[in-house]
Amino acid sequence: MSAAKTPDPSGEIRNDLMEDPRERAPLVLGGQNFHTVSNKVAGIVEEKTSLKWILGLGLAMSIMLILVGSIGKLVHTGIGVWGNNHPVGWAWDITGFVFWIGIGHAGTLISAILFLLRQKWRTSINRAAEAMTIFAVMCAGLYPAFHVGRVWFAYWLFPFPGQMGLWPNFKSPLVWDVFAVSTYATVSILFWFVGLVPDLALMRDRAKTKLRHTVYGIFALGWRGSHRHWLNYERAYLILAGLSTPLVLSVHSIVSFDFAVSLLPGWHTTIFPPYFVAGAIFSGFAMVMTLLIIARKLVGLEHLITMRHLENMNKIMLATGTMVGYAYGMEFFIAWYSGNEYERFAFINRAIGPYAWAYWTMVSCNVIFPQLFWFKKVRTSIPAMFVLSIIVNIGMWFERFVIIVTSLHRDFIPSSWSYFRPRLVDISMFAGTFGLFFTMFLLFCRYLPMLAVFEVKGVMPAADPHHEPAAGLGSVGSGKGGHGHGAH
Amino acid sequence: MARFLFPRWSNKVLPFTIFFVLGPLGTAALGALWYYGSPKHMEVGYQPVQPVPYSHKLHAGDLGIDCRYCHTTVEQSAFSQVPPTETCMNCHSKVRTESLKLQPVRESFATGQPIPWVRVHNLPDYAFFDHSAHMAAGVGCKSCHGRVDQMIEVIVSQPISMAWCIECHRDPRAHVRDLSKTTVTNMDWEPSAEQLAASGPVKATNGREVAPPVHCSGCHR
Repeated sequence: MSAAKTPDPSGEIRNDLMEDPRERAPLVLGGQNFHTVSNKVAGIVEEKTSLKWILGLGLAMSIMLILVGSIGKLVHTGIGVWGNNHPVGWAWDITGFVFWIGIGHAGTLISAILFLLRQKWRTSINRAAEAMTIFAVMCAGLYPAFHVGRVWFAYWLFPFPGQMGLWPNFKSPLVWDVFAVSTYATVSILFWFVGLVPDLALMRDRAKTKLRHTVYGIFALGWRGSHRHWLNYERAYLILAGLSTPLVLSVHSIVSFDFAVSLLPGWHTTIFPPYFVAGAIFSGFAMVMTLLIIARKLVGLEHLITMRHLENMNKIMLATGTMVGYAYGMEFFIAWYSGNEYERFAFINRAIGPYAWAYWTMVSCNVIFPQLFWFKKVRTSIPAMFVLSIIVNIGMWFERFVIIVTSLHRDFIPSSWSYFRPRLVDISMFAGTFGLFFTMFLLFCRYLPMLAVFEVKGVMPAADPHHEPAAGLGSVGSGKGGHGHGAH
Repeated sequence: MARFLFPRWSNKVLPFTIFFVLGPLGTAALGALWYYGSPKHMEVGYQPVQPVPYSHKLHAGDLGIDCRYCHTTVEQSAFSQVPPTETCMNCHSKVRTESLKLQPVRESFATGQPIPWVRVHNLPDYAFFDHSAHMAAGVGCKSCHGRVDQMIEVIVSQPISMAWCIECHRDPRAHVRDLSKTTVTNMDWEPSAEQLAASGPVKATNGREVAPPVHCSGCHR
């Protein structure tokens, strides 16, 4: 057990910045016991709806209406309402798609890879990050579905034996993308739901109204917390973690193939798969950070999502941001080293061409600013990490924009060179996806336990069989009881 | 409040329902949609009522009038036209001049108002089809329209779906005939055993290779 030997029973949130490297900061602060953790997390769902939440949801849904309107306009008029035109056939739509898909990756990384690596600090953030993954994939899925123009034929993306006697072109990475993203969505939802079952049972058992009782009861799938249930649960969770782990790497690799498999200078690059995966995790953690900093403050989860969690995420952002920076440098090196004049032109054009402003925005947001995370002061300062996480989100959007638009806007025939400008529907649709995202996230916060209660209990000192409870500590609440991950 | 639990019988009923009710029903629904929703069922058998009870069986079958006597543009044009009333009157000004069934034809001839024939074979606008190209390659009428010489009223006999078109475009061997004037409209024609057994590129009788397009813009232009 890595937690401190003597939990502070005073109930206050104490400074958790341990200076002694031999001892790690505890993952749950403030002298919590099982019961108070259950009360805290389930309380978010059970307490009276707050005005803040209603206002937030109202704002998010208003922005979502912009999305609905934009999509209505798009379907009614055709995809010409976007600014895409020859030679820039892909622009904000695919930028938005890759941006949202990338954001999802933090959830899968936290839930699958950190689970397999027994990183106990994942327990407080995995539920929200997985939810964020699913909502981000929903936002991402809108773009290719509506880019086909006639959205009612979007099912043609899938292979099926129809009257056309045609299959999609299996040599095309766009088809691989359909499989990658739909697999990703399915596994993420399944993984999320399986992890929710014991907590849904907790919500059911605490429910005060018939409706809650029945709805949570149905989704809890008859969970009674028996030993056999836990054995099956742990096995299922481990299998799903094993299935999701390759997805963390494969999904964004395949998204990068959309570009890398083409023969366009600026896209046709072997470094793309690892570079995209690192960038996806980078942007995903930035989004988790943005959301959790707000959420933990609003609902008072500071003693469950501690500075140690936030600092760990900042370290991951520093690592992946630096990897992305390495990839930016390596692209230029290869452009020079290849001796291919088109390749060289594509990259020189990126850095000093008409979109230089976008390129340097990207470099400063993704590579330069995150270097501040080398300083512990910055890593542990809430305002600093909040601002930096938003800067990274902006930078990662620009990365996709730069890759897509700067590679296309000056193609092989100088007479067709042009400068892409977004139209109203480009902008409103991208803004609207945030409305969808936040609407879903707010609904999630209100109706489902935001934290994996039973997993958090497993990393608490009380879950250690050798733990000797002080007075008033370690009473077993409903839900997970004493079977903790950390108790092995 | 007593906690919600699934009743004990649901342990037996749920798996049973999933495997023996939902599974088969879902499969059956999907299968029915796939089978009955296909053009083989939706398109084949379409037989609109025509304004004049004209019999293709009588004219093309029993009397042996060549298809091109009426559908004159089929060899030159993408569109094979429906004949004007004047074509009917070539004969019917002398034959069966008193027939009641022919009353609308005579009226049309007298007033100059065309007979409102109902189109039977109709491709969607996004599919480009050229009759003359098919005739030039030696594909006979029968391949797409069936035994019109045996139909009293014309009925759709082939699915006319994309898969059906492409099947022949991928391997037209069984449908390519002698290019002589009399063969292409011959309704009794069947491919010979040697023709079916042959291998290598399919060639029209003038020696030109029959290479129908299978790329998208071959038909969707």
